Amino acid sequence: MTDQFSLKLDTPAYKGTVSINTGLFINGQWLKSVNPEKLDVVNPATGKIVTSVEGGCSKDIDIAVDAAEKAYKTSWGLKVPGSTRGQMLLNLAKLIEENADEFAALEALNCGKPFGQAQQEIAGCVNEFKYYAGWADKVHGKTIETTENKMAYTRHEPYGVVAAIIPWNGPMMMLSWKVAPALATGNTIIVKPSELTPLSALKFASLVNEAGIPPGVINIVNGTGPAVGEAMAYHPRIRKLAFTGSTLTGRKIQEASAKSNLKVITLELGGKSPNIIFDDADLEQAIKWASFGIFANMGQACCAGSRIFVQEGIYDKFIEGFAAAAHYLQQNTGDPFSGKALHGPQTSSGQFDRIMSYINSGKTDGAHILSGGERDGNEGYFIKPTIFTEVKPNMKIAQEEIFGPVGVVIKFKTEEEVIEMANNTTYGLACGVFTENVSRAIRVAHALEAGTAWINTYHTIETMVPFGGYKQSGIGREQGEYALENYTQVKAVHINIGLKL
Amino acid sequence: MSTHFTHEFDTPAYKGKVSFPTGLFIDGKFVDGSDKTTIDVINPTNGKVITKIAEATAKDVDIAVEAAQRAFDTTWGLNASGATRSRLMTKLWEFMERDQKILAALEALDNGKTFQWALDVDIAFSTDTIRYYSGWADKIHGQVMETDDKKLTYSRHEPIGVVGQIIPWNFPLLMWTWKIGPALATGNTVVLKPSEFTPLTAIYMCSLIQEAGFPPGVVNIVTGYGHTVGNAISSHMKIEKVAFTGSTLVGRKIMENAAKSNLKNVTLELGGKSPNIIFNDADLEQAVNWSLHGIFWNHGQACCAGSRIFVQSGIYDKFLAKFTEKTKGLKVGDPFATDSYQGPQVSQQQYDRIMSYIDSGKEEGATVHVGGERVGNEGYFIQPTIFTNTEPHMKIVQEEIFGPVGVVIKFEDEDDVVHQANDTMYGLASAVFSQDINKALTVAHRLRAGTAWVNCANTLNASVPFGGYKQSGIGRELGEYALHNYTSVKAVHVNLGIKM
Repeated sequence: MTDQFSLKLDTPAYKGTVSINTGLFINGQWLKSVNPEKLDVVNPATGKIVTSVEGGCSKDIDIAVDAAEKAYKTSWGLKVPGSTRGQMLLNLAKLIEENADEFAALEALNCGKPFGQAQQEIAGCVNEFKYYAGWADKVHGKTIETTENKMAYTRHEPYGVVAAIIPWNGPMMMLSWKVAPALATGNTIIVKPSELTPLSALKFASLVNEAGIPPGVINIVNGTGPAVGEAMAYHPRIRKLAFTGSTLTGRKIQEASAKSNLKVITLELGGKSPNIIFDDADLEQAIKWASFGIFANMGQACCAGSRIFVQEGIYDKFIEGFAAAAHYLQQNTGDPFSGKALHGPQTSSGQFDRIMSYINSGKTDGAHILSGGERDGNEGYFIKPTIFTEVKPNMKIAQEEIFGPVGVVIKFKTEEEVIEMANNTTYGLACGVFTENVSRAIRVAHALEAGTAWINTYHTIETMVPFGGYKQSGIGREQGEYALENYTQVKAVHINIGLKL
Repeated sequence: MSTHFTHEFDTPAYKGKVSFPTGLFIDGKFVDGSDKTTIDVINPTNGKVITKIAEATAKDVDIAVEAAQRAFDTTWGLNASGATRSRLMTKLWEFMERDQKILAALEALDNGKTFQWALDVDIAFSTDTIRYYSGWADKIHGQVMETDDKKLTYSRHEPIGVVGQIIPWNFPLLMWTWKIGPALATGNTVVLKPSEFTPLTAIYMCSLIQEAGFPPGVVNIVTGYGHTVGNAISSHMKIEKVAFTGSTLVGRKIMENAAKSNLKNVTLELGGKSPNIIFNDADLEQAVNWSLHGIFWNHGQACCAGSRIFVQSGIYDKFLAKFTEKTKGLKVGDPFATDSYQGPQVSQQQYDRIMSYIDSGKEEGATVHVGGERVGNEGYFIQPTIFTNTEPHMKIVQEEIFGPVGVVIKFEDEDDVVHQANDTMYGLASAVFSQDINKALTVAHRLRAGTAWVNCANTLNASVPFGGYKQSGIGRELGEYALHNYTSVKAVHVNLGIKM
């Protein structure tokens, strides 16, 4: 009933077929939506449409919630011991691992990520499921001493039906960050992938039944924000929603919760993260990490180190090396499947336009283009790695999240000054500090208002270490043990042992 | 060329062939003992030799410790990330699952427990234990504590290094996993002595350790006697931690050796004489069934056996009648017959010891209500036995028998029974049967024991701690708690600007 999409690829990076079902995956079955409009899927390296998939609507969400609720009450939740839930997650991990290259190919095709980078993300996704499989039977409440007339303890219970809305910048990775802890703690879940990048989630859906996961526990409903995302955010029977995406949409999610059933929300939003390079940094390393910090994934990372503060003593040498790094990436730009490309296209035409408009605004505001600053080629959405210098803190390019390969470099004198400039933002997702002085490194890291502080490194995210934003970069933490809190609610139980009225 | 064991099982419960090396396992290889001597592995159903395995001496312990230290410094310890340790442990338990019937057959052959119990409980729980700890390996967390803004203060939970482990014969594979699971998860390397009575599954696991790809020296198995190998481990100057499960008597020796050598950290899981208390308002049928399991599971060879069964007077006669009937229905026979509940005791020594307790019960004037005799003429089979009309001072009431021998004691008063239950140097486990939530929980909380079972008995779980009060032990195994046994806490203070 639903359509299959199959594509044979014969490229240096990948030779094989990618094949997915294009339907909605609800209650262990593939369904067509009542909504006749499909979602076109574009290859951003060429700008051409690759295929189209079912796009859901609010009725589909109702069906999914029914299925998820039923599963929660009968074949999942606390009816199934943690060790069994853990085993299911391990099964998923194994199946993803077995199909790793096909997943990577789908990400590269859909997002524009160079194939090798996509492979790394899939490996991270496998580790995510393995990590949370280990937590599934270790969700502990406490017993709490009050008096001997009472036995008081807490249970960390699942919510029931939870929803996840995930972005397009790392589809499978973001899916695993949500699904793994949600399932480990006993919830059932409905996932809306980004309408720009639905392919890998559909591949994932095809493994769910094979992993032994009961129908209704994992549901994948593709669709747009207004059609599906909104239905989820307003749904009266979804108890918890986790969202990763723009701060703008994050506000709408929080508003929807307030206007519907006050569902608990966690948000991972945007950032304009400062990366601070002191005079006594290891220069060569600082350049490499700074480049990685802004240009990784073509700048499409919420935690990108997009404001690079360089102390005046090291400034000239730094920007020389930084420009060379950007140039090197530009020379190694190409098709994600070329096997050699280090830099690929932006993921969509919408993103391309947005980034180009920021670049123009930078030019208009009088900043200096040290590297890049224009489109690369005539096909697809390639933008040259771009560096702005002579940037004033109040410029749009210094204030607003560009979400592209555009770094702004700002010179500074003192530690106090740079801390103030770095914190002068509505965002607070991440930060970087480069210095060989351990006291300064830790002092500055502690002074910066951000959920992750990287010292002499950047973008190194670990499955077991929490990640999330201060201020308008988000609410809640993912990863590590901390993620378990997002998907459990605490019940306190008081047992009277003999206290009589 | 070290020893090897090949055996063809052709029994109602299991048919299959097994063949594996049975040398000492040191530094990733199977080797002979330094003295080239061997130990006879005896079949407790008939007293005959199953096979000979290599015997370790104190010298082999030294070699093993060296290999373990080398591994800790290079390929293991914090050189192997938690994720790596987790991955290898995952492979290990998957192999255990694959070979579960082989392991069950070896366990039944060596220990005398039935194949079915071995498969359904021992091997299943063992596999689950390794699985459980594989999940902890990358979740070893210290803390960061707020002190002063001019300081970064945090703790690291570091592995200790080379740990020594000595395990008993009653649940050979299970005890192996309870020790090795948390030790490996936290990054330690291990020198482990299985019981000389039941070494086969411990040695088989070494082949799986090899297959899983653990670096050489991470796990070392040195099978030998207590007075040689056990002594060497507990006295070793380069082992900083020893974990022992066995008798309270030997536990004292371990602790003494630790004190006299390098003050190594010691955890002990020792004996018990656990009370099982049945109130008038208990669910009678359930109380009988659980009590049966409480004392007769594993032929009474469980440290946490509910061996003192206190029954309130209002329910005493009914309880005793049903309990007796069910006890009589337990079939004692060959471990590989499909209808056996109970096989032989593990050794001649144990057999003699249990029979001597039964004799002492008779001599001191208790009533043999059921059983009390040998079964058959071959091997170490003993009838499930119940004594009644006992006095608190009797040996069979005070001392751990470690066999299928329970004493049933009538009581009247709640305070009195709690007092009697606690009147023992042991404190491993306890059980309470009552449908009254107030009574059940109050009594459970008042019993001085590391485990309190309410309306159940002898039911354990990898995530729940287990260990003894008083002379039943020091420290807790299982759950998150076991991680503490195998980590050293280092506090790190980083000065962020305080000037002298």
